[in-house]
Amino acid sequence: MVKALATISQIEDLGMIQIRADLVRAGDAIAGAAGLAIPAPGGCVTDDGTRRLGWMSPDELLLVLPRTDVADTLAALSDALSTEHALVVDVSDMRVAFRISGPRADQVLAKLSPADIPAMPTDGLRRTRAAQAACGIWREPGGYVLIGFRSVADYLRGILTGAAVPGSGLEPR
Amino acid sequence: MTQTGPFRLTSGGRLIDRAYQLPFRFDGRHMRGLVGDTLASALLANGQMMMGRSFKYHRPRGPISCGVEEPNALLGLGQGGRFEPNQRATTTPLVAGMVTSAQNCWPSLTADVGAVNNWLYRFFPAGFYYKTFMYPRGFWKHVFEPIIRRSAGLGKAPTQADPDKYEQAYAHVDLVVVGGGIAGLNAALDAARAGKSVWVLEQTPNWGGRTPADHADGLTRIDALLAELRALPNVTLRRNTMATGLYDHGYLLAREALADHDPNAGIPRQRLWRIRAGHVVVATGALERPLSFAGNDVPGVMLASAVRDYIADYGVAPGRSIVVVTNNDDAYRTALMALDAGLSVAAVIDARASATGALPDAARARGIRVLTDSAIAGVKGGTAVDGVKICAQSGSGVVTEEITADCVAMSGGWSPVVHLWSHCGGKLNWSDTESFFAPDPNRPPTGADGRAMASCTGAASGDLMVAGASGAAPESATMPVWIMPAHATRKMKYKMWLDFQNDVKVSDVELAAQEGYESVEHTKRYTTLGMATDQGKISNINGLAVLSGALNQPIPATGTTTFRPPYTPLTFGTIAAEARGDLFQPLRKTPMHAWHQARGAYWEPVGHWRRAYCYPKAGESHADAVAREIRAVRAGVGTLDASTLGKIIVKGPDAGRFLDMMYTGMMSSLPVGKCRYGLICNENGFLIDDGVAARLSDDTWLVHTTTGGADRMHAHFEDWLQTEWWDWQVYTANVTEQWAQVAVVGPKAREALERLGGMDLSAEALPFMGWATGEIAGIPARVYRISFSGELSFEVAVPANRGLELWEKLHQAGADLGITPYGTEAMHVMRAEKGFIMIGDETDGTVIPQDLGLGWAISKKKADYLGKRAQERSHMTDPARWKLVGLESLDGRVLPDGALAVADGMNANRQRRTQGRVTSTYMSPTLNAPIAMALVLNGPDRMGETLEFPVAGQETYKARIVEPVFYDKEGSRANG
Repeated sequence: MVKALATISQIEDLGMIQIRADLVRAGDAIAGAAGLAIPAPGGCVTDDGTRRLGWMSPDELLLVLPRTDVADTLAALSDALSTEHALVVDVSDMRVAFRISGPRADQVLAKLSPADIPAMPTDGLRRTRAAQAACGIWREPGGYVLIGFRSVADYLRGILTGAAVPGSGLEPR
Repeated sequence: MTQTGPFRLTSGGRLIDRAYQLPFRFDGRHMRGLVGDTLASALLANGQMMMGRSFKYHRPRGPISCGVEEPNALLGLGQGGRFEPNQRATTTPLVAGMVTSAQNCWPSLTADVGAVNNWLYRFFPAGFYYKTFMYPRGFWKHVFEPIIRRSAGLGKAPTQADPDKYEQAYAHVDLVVVGGGIAGLNAALDAARAGKSVWVLEQTPNWGGRTPADHADGLTRIDALLAELRALPNVTLRRNTMATGLYDHGYLLAREALADHDPNAGIPRQRLWRIRAGHVVVATGALERPLSFAGNDVPGVMLASAVRDYIADYGVAPGRSIVVVTNNDDAYRTALMALDAGLSVAAVIDARASATGALPDAARARGIRVLTDSAIAGVKGGTAVDGVKICAQSGSGVVTEEITADCVAMSGGWSPVVHLWSHCGGKLNWSDTESFFAPDPNRPPTGADGRAMASCTGAASGDLMVAGASGAAPESATMPVWIMPAHATRKMKYKMWLDFQNDVKVSDVELAAQEGYESVEHTKRYTTLGMATDQGKISNINGLAVLSGALNQPIPATGTTTFRPPYTPLTFGTIAAEARGDLFQPLRKTPMHAWHQARGAYWEPVGHWRRAYCYPKAGESHADAVAREIRAVRAGVGTLDASTLGKIIVKGPDAGRFLDMMYTGMMSSLPVGKCRYGLICNENGFLIDDGVAARLSDDTWLVHTTTGGADRMHAHFEDWLQTEWWDWQVYTANVTEQWAQVAVVGPKAREALERLGGMDLSAEALPFMGWATGEIAGIPARVYRISFSGELSFEVAVPANRGLELWEKLHQAGADLGITPYGTEAMHVMRAEKGFIMIGDETDGTVIPQDLGLGWAISKKKADYLGKRAQERSHMTDPARWKLVGLESLDGRVLPDGALAVADGMNANRQRRTQGRVTSTYMSPTLNAPIAMALVLNGPDRMGETLEFPVAGQETYKARIVEPVFYDKEGSRANG
């Protein structure tokens, strides 16, 4: 029995907080409340993988954290940024996340995203698209996490499992 | 002589495995081929030279080539959804059980009725269709076109959906070499040794290109190169991968065949690679050209290299007695190889005055008769070659002798394959010494850095022999021979084919020149030269040369046609890839989607969303369902899934100022805890979106947009913030999908919600156009007291993950109240009953708020807003602009949507003048009467007047102008 290129599974317990602020002025305040350093452009910073602070744009960060931590961290961030012009908002429910794991996880993404995923650094975060849907991608041990909008969860699951169909590896034949 | 036809040799054939036979069917006949065969080689091995018929004259056609350039041997492959027309037998690997059919013939390949065209060729010259079917005018549409369409087209389109899967994949590579011949493999090795990531794409299943067949030690050289390349980790070698087009920025498309041979493998049949290449090395080799002599299209006349390939690669002899006709040394290889294979070579007919190179000498030494300054005056035979007539190349075709043969191997020289180089702007030079167009390295296609993004090597660059790598000995020059013999008669030119598939002959191109065609592009379209499925791979240069000759100008002065992708036809499936069926588009689903689905919702596409249009019960029509839903809402309570409404947070010290610019109304003065309806116009003044904004805190607003406007309005906001008011302190966030939103609507709405408990929803605690937060049924919620139906209405927003929970609890708690889910159509009808406009119905990009009686939503106090200046221009303030009114049908019929109200007289175009149009029209279940909204000239001043709406084939509709608010004019119902 030929195996799928990668295992596709939905991650149910992720929380996400969108942060918009002047990252230079408010960097220390954000880092303190988020518990993570401010990532470099195109990258993300994580502790042991449970929390991750990703660079989304010159004035936007995404904090990914356990869903149970969202309320407290949201309050901490709002508090820390109360004297800054900033926007901190819970976006946990509007997102869906998939784990793509296995030695050929990169091939699944290579079929769907025009981004040069193999060239992405270990601590990279890439905003790109998967076929016709917007998404974000980062690495984790054993594969990748792909986040997208909740309304297209079925679509994302469909294209990911389709791209992982057994026997369709990208190795030269 | 007795015709024996082509046959399988008893030995040889480097690509076939004689131990494994494959049965297949051709036109209903059972045949057998071998593993490694192409369809063409297998058919030849079965004695089948004739494989199809030409497009225009239905002439019998055999394969002329052994590769991608094939114009003749086109077959229909497969059955049902897997049927594919116009597949080249010369490149299609034979598969056990393959079912193939000949094309463009009826009733059969051998007894084709359409071949009558063949005898009428004098009446079908270039431009025949243009000249013949022009008059009388009306005949084209009703007589000529249907007949031509019925008889046109080579293959038939399949009638069923393709059951196979396809996919795409992206790659980012330093250097891509296109072509796995000796030049390409050498280029790859050089780059790989320099440390670059290198891909090599080879369109066939086999490496080496022509080298293994043409050079005694060729295979050894190729194998050595491959061994080195395979040992390098930065090299990827892909066979069965055809580079189809090269585009700007080094974007290369290539099709990899994965399961063409095994449709039931369960994997994608083909994959389209989308490669970002740092540099592309074009090592695509060269294609041999036919010679234009009378009868060069008879089955059995083939390219000399093809004859060689069938012998060397497949152990198939195209004939027993072969005549070679050439203008170069290379074709002598065919004569020598035929002898080696035990075939006889009747003669080599060389157009050149002398033939002195190593290859001609070798042929003479083996006893082959070589005739110089010689030409073929004609081919004997109709469906197969019986022999050739010989004449002097320098003469007019006086026959000097006849030679018996069953195969003619012709070579008119070689043309570099420059397609990829040319696709994105690489320029060509004509070589007078070599008689071909070759890439000009000084005028390459350039990349972002202004430097060459592609280069050519080997035969594709004009270095036909690739002597540096192949070790080939020097050869004498090719003599340009475009017509054979040089002074051929008119009658002979009628039988000299240039484009074998489209039946374009030397006589057609010369006629076009006589008629004044000078541009090669125009001549191509007039004669259809090079416009067949092979895109003129072997005919373009010959046609160009003949045109130049007829115009009496050098070939570069005539120019060349434009090369465009794809290099060879691409299956639509690879372009669509995963985008079919359920995955055709990323359908957006609300948190309650599955609930609607389970209740039999009829879906309405709104952008990529699917919204429930209505929920028909068993046996209920959509109209009846909509009416039932509306009555339930107006009399009790209903729920609408409003989750798709756009929700954008706007926050910052300048947020109020910013929203005052985006909306026509005043948003900065909105108190915290309140909602306000607003209009958004573009800078031209036209209404583009509307919705309710709520002030969440001192510096934060949440604005609702239309379902389709969410992404567009968010981008609109960011556009102005980032480019125009970059110094304003405002952040926005599109949180549309964070919230599930349920409109709970109807006189019993409050009661239904209060049963869930948790919030004070009384009129005192939550007045109309207010909002409040709290918990409903234990779910954190923000409740807006807004109404799009005119009824008492609460829009409840909860975190999306809990939307279904809220919805289900509402329906449990409200069951005895008759709580009813309603869809978008009920929503539309109810808002029309109230005279509320709908973006996209009452607006169409040309309508301003003032047209719609929405002046109340435009602030008079503000100094500016987007659209203000435009709305003050003369056309916008013109009192003759059509304005919104309601319409009452006079005869009980529902007015057709978009119907035009006519006025007296005609306009300058002799069309009836109009004075209004219907923008929304419904049967109102509440009023039990048709209602409509319309934009009408001076409409608000014409209450009670009757308008006429003529509709073709129906009695003219008549309607009375009324106020646009049909129901609850005083607006008391919104207070419950």
